[in-house]
Amino acid sequence: MSPDAAISTAAPPPHMQPARVASVLKETHDTFTLTVEPRGPQPLAGFAPGQFSMLYVFGIGELPISISGDPYESSKLVYTVRSVGKATHALVHRKEGDSIGVRGPFGTSWPMEEARGRDVLIVAGGIGLAPLRPAIHHILRNRDDYVRLIVMYGARSPKDLLYRKQLAEWSRQPDTQVLSTVDYGGVNWRGYVGVVTTLFKYVRLHPGRTTAMICGPEIMMRYVIRELERRGLPRSDIYLSMERNMKCALGFCGHCQLGPFFVCKDGPIFTYERMQPWLEKHEL
Amino acid sequence: MDSKTFAELIRDHPFVAGLKPAYVEKMASLALEVRFGRDEVIFREGETSGRFYLLLSGKVALEVSAPGRIVRIETLGEGDELGWSSVVSAEGKHFQARSLEPVRALAFDGPRLRQICEQEPAFGYAVMQRLLRVVAERLQATRMQLVDMYAPRGTKMV
Repeated sequence: MSPDAAISTAAPPPHMQPARVASVLKETHDTFTLTVEPRGPQPLAGFAPGQFSMLYVFGIGELPISISGDPYESSKLVYTVRSVGKATHALVHRKEGDSIGVRGPFGTSWPMEEARGRDVLIVAGGIGLAPLRPAIHHILRNRDDYVRLIVMYGARSPKDLLYRKQLAEWSRQPDTQVLSTVDYGGVNWRGYVGVVTTLFKYVRLHPGRTTAMICGPEIMMRYVIRELERRGLPRSDIYLSMERNMKCALGFCGHCQLGPFFVCKDGPIFTYERMQPWLEKHEL
Repeated sequence: MDSKTFAELIRDHPFVAGLKPAYVEKMASLALEVRFGRDEVIFREGETSGRFYLLLSGKVALEVSAPGRIVRIETLGEGDELGWSSVVSAEGKHFQARSLEPVRALAFDGPRLRQICEQEPAFGYAVMQRLLRVVAERLQATRMQLVDMYAPRGTKMV
């Protein structure tokens, strides 16, 4: 299936669109997945894996949230949100049928085209799996276009792991290796315990033909990059999703500026080659 | 199983990557193949007469007992090393090791290996260099765990 048949990545509508909350699914103790549909006749704009929307909770505020659903399901948009503050708390406590506002999608996307014919390594930490899930959906829907799919996922504890059923389903797909680990495991957890970089021991990477896509806390991404460089991956084949305080999503307000970039407009996906000078700079 | 097969098994293990063939043979001559079923305690915290293992398959959890609970702090698998402390000192094991699934490993008598390392410094240096790498990697991983990088930090793009 051609991605163009299902999604449109044309310039997003500049104005907020009303949307209806179709469902709210509790993923973990503090993380929820919202599915939204258009409130009126105008469909919600399609998206490319890695892009984000601005979600408006009326009377509370607007939030940048990565789209976590299947890019081929164009009739709805899916967001996985961790409740960490007033606005996210309000968002995840919307009920079915409630209205929210949607702007976007915005930003750059994962390099699905550039990764064709190559192995894809996905490394996610915590809620960082959410913006990577559309890339996984895309690969699984276009399986012949990619070689091996390796997913390495780390979370704080077993109760913090997202999409557990899907992780199990993905691991059963051909040429797909899915490894999950937690920093702290209880006695009932039979999976891996240790930080996500410890999983590198269990995968074989081919540096010349692997595209890496990473999303998680910045400190995790730095250590993952170190492992990838030790294994010979060129910086131009390593892609990161940067997390900054995005407000306007249009590159006007400057809240998300990182060196010469506005993360909302120039990112959130960057190659490490481009981001390297700014990633380890203190106070940026 | 003959020692040639042990040598082949050891050669494939990342622990001995780059080790001189004669040293690999020496390691092979000291190795025993062992197997553990699921949920077996391989060694307990504080145990002194320990073995050092090169894991060939399966998954092992390192655990520590806290009042009323057991905390699983790390898992090890194929290509990993288990029980390094038995080679470097006569102190007891720091953690309990439990097999989470059937495990196959090469076992070495830790004190005996330490003794040979002391008697043959060049061999001992090569072994200790590798053990130091294992310890350094575990230390780095533990430091990263301590950072608790997935803890909530306020509202950000998620």
